[in-house]
Amino acid sequence: MNSNTPSSSAGRAGSADSAAPRRNSKRPKYSKFTQQELPACKPILTPRWVISAFMLVSIVFIPIGVVSLFASRDVVEIIDRYENVCVPESFRNDKVTYIQSDVDKICNRTLRVKKLMKQPIYVYYQLDNFYQNHRRYVKSRSDSQLKNNNSQDDVDSCKPEDNTADGKPIVPCGLIAWSLFNDTFNFSLNNQQLAVNKKGISWKSDRDSKFGKNVFPKNFQNGSFIGGKHLNSSVPLSEQEDLIVWMRTAALPTFRKLYGKIERDLQPNELIQVTLENNYNTYSFNGKKKLVLSTTSWLGGKNDFLGIAYLTVGGLCFFLALSFTVVYLVKPRRLGDPSYLSWNRNPGGH
Amino acid sequence: MKRYVYINDDESLQELYCDNQISNRKYTVLNFLPKNLWEQFSRFMNQYFLLIACLQLWSLITPVNPASTWGPLIFIFAVSASKEAWDDYNRYLSDKKANEKEVWVVRQGIKKHVQAQDIHVGNIVWLRENDEVPCDLVLIGTSDPQGLCYVETAALDGETDLKTRVIPSACMGIDFELLHKIKGVIECPNPDKDIRRFDANLRLFPPFIDNDVCPLTIKNTILQSCYLRNTEWACGVAVYTGNETKLGMSRGIPEPKLTAMDAMIDKLTGAIFVFQIVVVMVLGIAGNVWKDTEARKQWYVLYPYEGPWYELLVIPLRFELLCSIMIPISIKVSLDLVKSLYAKFIDWDNEMIDQETGIPSHAANTAISEDLGQVEYILTDKTGTLTENRMIFRRCCISGIFYGNESGDALKDVELLNAVAGSSPDVVRFLTVMAICNTVIPVKSKTGAILYKAQSQDEDALVNAAARLHVVYVNKNANILEIRFNGSVIQYEVLETLEFTSDRKRMSVVVKDCQNGKIILLSKGADEAILPYAYAGQQTRTFIEAVEQYAQLGLRTLCLAWRELKEDEYQEWSLMFKEASSTLVDREWRIAEVCQRLEHDFEILGVTAIEDRLQDGVPETIETLRKAGINFWMLTGDKQNTAIQIALSCNFISPEPKGQLLLIDGKTEDEVCRSLERVLLTMRITSSEPKDVAFVVDGWALEIALKHYRKAFTELAILSRTAICCRVTPSQKAQLVELLKSCDYRTLAIGDGGNDVRMIQQADIGVGISGREGLQAARAADYSIGKFRFLKRLILVHGRYSYNRTAFLSQYSFYKSLVICFIQIFFSFISGVSGTSLFNSVSLMAYNVFYTSVPVLVSVLDKDLSEGTIMQHPQILFYCQAGRFAVFPLYFFFIFRVFSINRLRIRNWANLLHYFSRQLYICWLMVIKLMQDCF
Repeated sequence: MNSNTPSSSAGRAGSADSAAPRRNSKRPKYSKFTQQELPACKPILTPRWVISAFMLVSIVFIPIGVVSLFASRDVVEIIDRYENVCVPESFRNDKVTYIQSDVDKICNRTLRVKKLMKQPIYVYYQLDNFYQNHRRYVKSRSDSQLKNNNSQDDVDSCKPEDNTADGKPIVPCGLIAWSLFNDTFNFSLNNQQLAVNKKGISWKSDRDSKFGKNVFPKNFQNGSFIGGKHLNSSVPLSEQEDLIVWMRTAALPTFRKLYGKIERDLQPNELIQVTLENNYNTYSFNGKKKLVLSTTSWLGGKNDFLGIAYLTVGGLCFFLALSFTVVYLVKPRRLGDPSYLSWNRNPGGH
Repeated sequence: MKRYVYINDDESLQELYCDNQISNRKYTVLNFLPKNLWEQFSRFMNQYFLLIACLQLWSLITPVNPASTWGPLIFIFAVSASKEAWDDYNRYLSDKKANEKEVWVVRQGIKKHVQAQDIHVGNIVWLRENDEVPCDLVLIGTSDPQGLCYVETAALDGETDLKTRVIPSACMGIDFELLHKIKGVIECPNPDKDIRRFDANLRLFPPFIDNDVCPLTIKNTILQSCYLRNTEWACGVAVYTGNETKLGMSRGIPEPKLTAMDAMIDKLTGAIFVFQIVVVMVLGIAGNVWKDTEARKQWYVLYPYEGPWYELLVIPLRFELLCSIMIPISIKVSLDLVKSLYAKFIDWDNEMIDQETGIPSHAANTAISEDLGQVEYILTDKTGTLTENRMIFRRCCISGIFYGNESGDALKDVELLNAVAGSSPDVVRFLTVMAICNTVIPVKSKTGAILYKAQSQDEDALVNAAARLHVVYVNKNANILEIRFNGSVIQYEVLETLEFTSDRKRMSVVVKDCQNGKIILLSKGADEAILPYAYAGQQTRTFIEAVEQYAQLGLRTLCLAWRELKEDEYQEWSLMFKEASSTLVDREWRIAEVCQRLEHDFEILGVTAIEDRLQDGVPETIETLRKAGINFWMLTGDKQNTAIQIALSCNFISPEPKGQLLLIDGKTEDEVCRSLERVLLTMRITSSEPKDVAFVVDGWALEIALKHYRKAFTELAILSRTAICCRVTPSQKAQLVELLKSCDYRTLAIGDGGNDVRMIQQADIGVGISGREGLQAARAADYSIGKFRFLKRLILVHGRYSYNRTAFLSQYSFYKSLVICFIQIFFSFISGVSGTSLFNSVSLMAYNVFYTSVPVLVSVLDKDLSEGTIMQHPQILFYCQAGRFAVFPLYFFFIFRVFSINRLRIRNWANLLHYFSRQLYICWLMVIKLMQDCF
């Protein structure tokens, strides 16, 4: 009689056996990925680690900051704001009329060299409150037209400076080209002409691939309302470097653009005579115009920010490292002390 | 509404009902594109993206190339559409296989081989052994002379035992050849999804039988997707076909569950959208003012004095487009992707494989893993969930004598063995009830041993125990049962079976002793369903004591009883029963009422005690999860004492000095109210003390409390961390889940049996244990696991990791798109508020997709703490429950950082827009990368 129970349990085992292979095939194959056991690095931020990391950062950053600050201080800059002084007294109250009139706009300025300026000396013009980044302005250009002679008619994006009144396409079209900066600067030192090299002031990639060698200005500045500089229609666009520089639109309303390079050293206390033609209208929107002569260092132009930023971060890290060290020495804490866990600190108060 | 099925009528029914073509497909080739697009565009986020993409086609206002939005948009849509299409194609293939299967069907009186999809309602379908049933059939003939057949219903309800099905009495004895020509009508309800009910009537047309109505129940049907077993052949009439079968109707797509995190993301999206609108309005107004005052002076911009009528709108719309990336387009796809990976990790987890059966855990719902990390309440079933559901008969009390108290095993109790050997009449009657008052089917294996196929583990335990005590249930041949006792075979004829329901809490059989023709009612059931119905004068005190004693040991008790019926009493009752069985409306309730009329004046025979051992690791699991701040409620159908004992033994509640048990009882509203208030008062007082206070409530008091004192009970539910609810019905379980959900708690329901299905579906997360009670719960659940102890790993490891990863990913998605947007906004202040984009289209798109969306997906492998640490300090889960999204100011810190970097570069790389933006772009890709690594 007792045979029933064993047999029934045997039956149970049997049925489990028959089912086992089918189920086992569902059993996932072991791999580190499926079991979420991929090797991982889990740094424990012990006080020593944190303090040394902060220390390391400050040790690296503070010298960098000092060096870049010195580099920036080595740069010599001469800045001359001229848009106001170049307007004759009689026109001071109505500068817009002056700039739009046909009177002679020659203006003479004298710049004194304070420190030795090593070549090359870069000549920039700086405009303030000029929104080259305005959406209407920045979109008003046709890259295909600038590059390719065959797509002269590609002026859709150039509105409102797309076609002349009689419907011929303008090359180069658009507001950017139309408003090309047209003040000119001539430098002389001791009554001798100071040569300004205007070659190679634009990006090489722009000259080579964005502005075509066989694209010539056509119908440019022919309308009733003249925006800026006229272009020599016998020079291809790839050689109109002032235009190329101008058409790299600035991101901010205050910007400098390269005008040329002076390739000789200037001694301290030398006086440079600048003869400039003040043609460009910044008076209607109260924009400033500045002439800038600047040398460069290995870090670029004059800019203290990078040095200060490095010094600040380095100093902060140093301070943190110091204060952590103090805390670590004054009130050390055992590593992995569970009594500091939030639920142990205030029981029930989760 | 009713349906009339005319059997074997080839003409009339062809068009009335659908044919047997099964279709689980959501789409057809033609409607795929429109339907799928419609579905995708019903989501708010997608509508938003479409609007933005359309606006971008207007070149006057678009800041960037439209491709930068259209590209990702089309990609995202293509991904979800192709996923749908692939799923649908697979469904089509499996449908096709099922539809083209050949079956034997009677056509014009001749058996023919046709494809399964050509079966029509009313056709007679012939099945052989091991055939799959192609549609819902009403049995009319089997190879068995008694009209029985056996089916395996695993595909339907997950239960692996064989079920008997019987042909209706009207068809009994119809000749094999004549079955082709049978005609008649079946009156049945319209298709529904209840696989436990089929309340219909059958009337055969002459010449087969007089037109007497014969009731049909679920016992007379074989349903689609079942398998015919142990029966040479069977045939039946198709009543429901195609998608109208019980299986087809219940197949519906369940309501998708939304996680707390999803809701949070939706809210955040809404908030950002509002913020975006504000930004757009402010900048739009500022832009228009700037244009009218300043831009007129900027001669080089050449603003016309007269613009088109929509001029005022242009600048706001430009800003809308510029800010549209604030809401990240990639978040949906990334989240779907990582969520399905979480689910896969659960499926793959080697440590959650049930070693006994080799069943791995499975995440059926891939979308709610992170909710696991936020669970606050776990509602658990007892039997089969906390316990093994492997029943072993341990003790019994027969007419006042306790057996098995010394050894702990009644089967080894010498006194009982002696009593059996001495054929003590009480003991023999007791064992007879144990052996035959059930629905167990004995099956003879090839070796001659007898295997029992039982639907319930208790019955299995009782029949096996009876067999060990020499009352062997040998054979069931149609209605004749054979018992072998001490070498002699006793036969009983089963007249009626009054089946177990969770409302009645007892089951009975009416048998006729074939030796002396006596009709006996044998009953077994819960003590409160049996003991009050003892005949007047019987002392039930010892039995009550026995029940209490056993319950305190954590044993499951059943009371056995019997009563001799008089012939006429039975006949009279039998008619009522037959009538109740053939009602179409409220049949279950009517039957219960009729059963009540027979089940009284019992002679109580004794009490059995069955042990159900705790599963491995249950106390530890509960302790760990309680430490993690999760509250446990135990909902069980068992009686109070058993429930409390089990609760004590599995750390559910603490014993006296540390813990306190508060009882809510009472039979009337007033009593319940008073006891509820008393408990509530104690609860309020003790809530500040570090004491484990739990309340115990039984089904009856719960019913009253939920109905009349819902508010007080809700307060109690909030105050109490632990509760034991005993004697509760499946619907009460679901109600309790509903109650906790209404208090904004995240609930997890875990169970293993059919009675837990409603609770599992109701809860935020349903977990099913693929246990012995079949797979019903596991199928309805979002997650199925093999053992209760895997719950710890499921919640603490998978839930917590998923939560943290999703939290990071969604925070990060918003962060990175807000950041790029803020830069655009700041830039607009220095570009004349004209809506210039600082970045070009390619950079923007590459930023959104390649630099930020794709690399961050690696965070699904991120583990902030090792699994061991979490298991050791489950309190870590508090942070998940509280929700990491609370750290919202963190965003603004990040945004500030990027803004400062913005400042850093402005003066340095001054002049060229292009160059400047590229620098900024690169520099802050580095920052973004850094953020990624830091987290």
